[in-house]
Amino acid sequence: MEKPVYNTDIVRSFVHWSLLWGLVAILVGVIVSLQMVEPDLNFPPYLTFGRLRPIHTNAGIYGWGVGVIFATFIYMVQRLCKTPLWSNKLAKFQLWFFNATIIASAITLLLGYTTSKEYHEMEWPIDVMVVILWVVFAVNILMTILKRQEEQMYISLWYMMAALVGVAILYLVNAAALPVSLFKSYSAYAGTNDANVHWWFGHNAVAMALTAPPLAMFYYFLPKTTGVPIYSHRLSIIAFWSLIFMYLWTGAHHLLWTPVPDWVQTLAMAFSVMLIAPSWGSVFNGYLSMNGQWHQMKENYLVKFLIIGLTFYGLQTLQGPMQAIRSFSAFIHYTDWVPAHIHMGTMGWVSMISYASIYYLVPRIYGRELYSVPLANMHFWLTLVGQLVWSISLWVAGVLQAGMWNATNSDGSLTYTFMETMVEMYPYWWARAAGGFIFFLGIIIFIYNLFMTVRKGKDVVAPIVTAAGRN
Amino acid sequence: MWEKKPLLLIALATAAILVGTTITMVLPFAWVNTETDRIASVTPYTPLQQEGRDIYIREGCNNCHTQTIRPLVTEVLRYGDYSKSGEFVYDRPFLWGSKRTGPDLARIGGKYPDAWHYKHMDSPRSMVPKSNMYDYAWLRKSTLDPVMSERKMKVLGFPYTQEQLAQLKGKNELDAVVAYLQKLGSDIAWRKAAEVTIVGELKNPYPDTAHRSMEEWEVIYSEHCAACHGGHLEGEIGPHLDGANYTDEELFSLIFNGIPDGGMPAFSSLGTNKVWKITNFVKYYVQGEDHP
Ligand code: HEC
Ligand code: HEC
Ligand code: HEM
Ligand code: HEM
Repeated sequence: MEKPVYNTDIVRSFVHWSLLWGLVAILVGVIVSLQMVEPDLNFPPYLTFGRLRPIHTNAGIYGWGVGVIFATFIYMVQRLCKTPLWSNKLAKFQLWFFNATIIASAITLLLGYTTSKEYHEMEWPIDVMVVILWVVFAVNILMTILKRQEEQMYISLWYMMAALVGVAILYLVNAAALPVSLFKSYSAYAGTNDANVHWWFGHNAVAMALTAPPLAMFYYFLPKTTGVPIYSHRLSIIAFWSLIFMYLWTGAHHLLWTPVPDWVQTLAMAFSVMLIAPSWGSVFNGYLSMNGQWHQMKENYLVKFLIIGLTFYGLQTLQGPMQAIRSFSAFIHYTDWVPAHIHMGTMGWVSMISYASIYYLVPRIYGRELYSVPLANMHFWLTLVGQLVWSISLWVAGVLQAGMWNATNSDGSLTYTFMETMVEMYPYWWARAAGGFIFFLGIIIFIYNLFMTVRKGKDVVAPIVTAAGRN
Repeated sequence: MWEKKPLLLIALATAAILVGTTITMVLPFAWVNTETDRIASVTPYTPLQQEGRDIYIREGCNNCHTQTIRPLVTEVLRYGDYSKSGEFVYDRPFLWGSKRTGPDLARIGGKYPDAWHYKHMDSPRSMVPKSNMYDYAWLRKSTLDPVMSERKMKVLGFPYTQEQLAQLKGKNELDAVVAYLQKLGSDIAWRKAAEVTIVGELKNPYPDTAHRSMEEWEVIYSEHCAACHGGHLEGEIGPHLDGANYTDEELFSLIFNGIPDGGMPAFSSLGTNKVWKITNFVKYYVQGEDHP
């Protein structure tokens, strides 16, 4: 049988652009972390902490996270379905419309056009662009799946389809607004309702954009890299269905102790704890797939990224449910503990899996061997160390801060004023900025390595069998 | 079965997603913002306050400030009465936030006089040197647009008068922000209710004032009072203070409970010991030379 002609050009383009947006997100991350310790780095009106922080988060989630989703999904779907992409034209449109959306978001956020709802800050015209973008992407992927040459759909395809539907529902419902002008709208929901709808969206953006897609990548790239299939098919079925069922109940764990009805909070708490099971279903499945292959942890940088990334996911899904328990939430909610949780997920899990996927893709879509494996190993260590410095310093800071906020004297008065607690944060915020900088060096080396691969890398005579694994 | 039928998989996945969605996101609409949690004294924002709120959103103040107080002992002590659902019915969008880099603002309304806010917004670090909030004096340069404001009020369905719109002329963005801050959390009369009744006899634990302790007390005074009463008690936002005017007990109660209607905050959360130290500092500072 003749091999179908896969569209790799578009995968290349998405890799390039997601790398650019990832670089921007991380750079702005470093900038806002410095603004928190040195307020003179604010330059009003545009370059203030209040306006840059949403650019950091949105560039991170939508530019970097979703950009990599586009690149990898389009690559994976063609191979898993053994058929070329349904429409190359549509994919081309998607690429340019994606960049237009990201640029429009960055500009409008800098200008102060924002809804203020976290990870949904962009005003309604950009929501319309996002919807068009997602429909175009979803249709292309689904049509490719429908005309597939391989009857059985692999695990990665399930997660991909769930993400396509999930993001669409979440985004549309939370976007509902009453426009006043092109750049100003008011939420369709008010007060407590708005909060509850928003965090139903917010937490499931984590599920549908930062959990399901990286899992799809993991399930595909790990066996490709090690050459050994996933340990248990049955386990992946159970983990998949229970994950997408349970996630949607948990939004209110961001709203514990607020005016949201108690029963909604209690359900969120219970389901968050139960979420450990499906999350660790995938974690175990990943670890057990390494049976007899653990030596690759030492030899193969791709396996390092994948398995340490998965380990961060495992830790994240133990810490998350802990934070969702009322008594623990009372302590750490609103403190610096929470950004530490977030960045273990985004820098550890999402970024590590994305790095691995791109390391896997680039040699194949360019037909070159990776320029330097030592540099890739260095990238791994900078990423790991940078992320650990980032999160550990803020976990310590968060516990200290929570302890001080709650400390009382024997007569029942507060021991510390707000400022007395805040000044204690500065050393930890400096440490966080340093961790971020180390992580930033990592991505610079990464991009350099990829650039040199494309420019100077040795052509490979197919099939690729390198230290990086089998084709 | 479903592993071979993509449309079936999508249908099942959608169904799985919609169960939790319906129960925890759609159903609460039957409880929240209904008659049961309405509070009669809570009113919509005026055009000026709503403009201030929109500027608060535009500048992303919510990235550092939360606006919801949880029913936890220390939180209520620090920020005031816990937040009730009915207080937020006019908030589109909600501004509860998720991170307290700065203090909670749910009950900032009435805590300080307007003059304090202007001075603080102009340059937070001039009043709180270690703050990481940056200057917002530049908001003074932009004016407000009554035409746009009217459109906003119509979309929100809030009542307004032409007079209120006319008043926007000549006001700047900082005026709007301050008006908004003063409204926050003050629709319910919680300050009076929160006043701590001082029980038992008041007794000054530091009857003999020594030079050495004055220095320690001055530090506490500078941190909490100097922004309003000046570094040398000469007065600025608050009046000039002369300790000779009060008895120990009067001064103590005044500082402990503040003057809620006069813009003098309560300092009960500092605890009686610290308040006594400040009392003695104020009492004896002006007597004789600078330091007795
Ligand atoms: C970088 C984070 C940051 C941003 C952004 C920020 N603030 Fe602050 N804010 C703080 C900190 C820290 C404090 C406490 C120290 C102080 O009073 O300056 C504070 C204090 C305040 C206070 C006094 C609270 C009290 O109880 O004493 C008000 C009012 C306030 N900010 C309003 C605003 C407004 C309005 C904006 C947006 C225009 C804003 N802040 C933006 C960090 C921030
Ligand atoms: C936000 C500004 C502000 C701060 C901070 C503040 N005050 Fe005041 N204070 C005022 C204002 C305004 C008044 C006048 C209230 C009135 O008379 O209605 C006042 C009144 C007073 C009075 C009564 C003065 C008189 O009329 O005889 C005393 C005493 C006093 N303050 C002491 C203190 C002390 C001590 C501190 C520090 C612990 C302090 N204040 C902090 C604003 C402030
Ligand atoms: C060099 C690496 C990074 C640095 C230095 C950095 C820095 C920061 C800082 C300073 C904040 C504000 C925290 C606060 O308000 O207290 C923040 C928030 C955030 N960042 Fe990053 N970041 C980095 C990487 C990333 C990446 C790669 C992503 C996403 C893929 C990301 C996603 C987020 C999100 C979602 C938040 C919001 C946190 C919240 O709501 O509390 N970050 N980051
Ligand atoms: C079982 C899985 C998880 C549970 C139960 C969980 C739970 C939580 C909870 C309770 C919070 C709120 C903390 C607070 O504000 O007090 C939170 C915040 C957050 N989590 Fe997780 N988490 C999980 C997995 C993940 C994963 C895999 C990511 C991936 C990156 C992630 C990213 C985030 C982000 C971005 C926020 C910040 C939201 C904000 O802006 O406040 N979480 N999580």
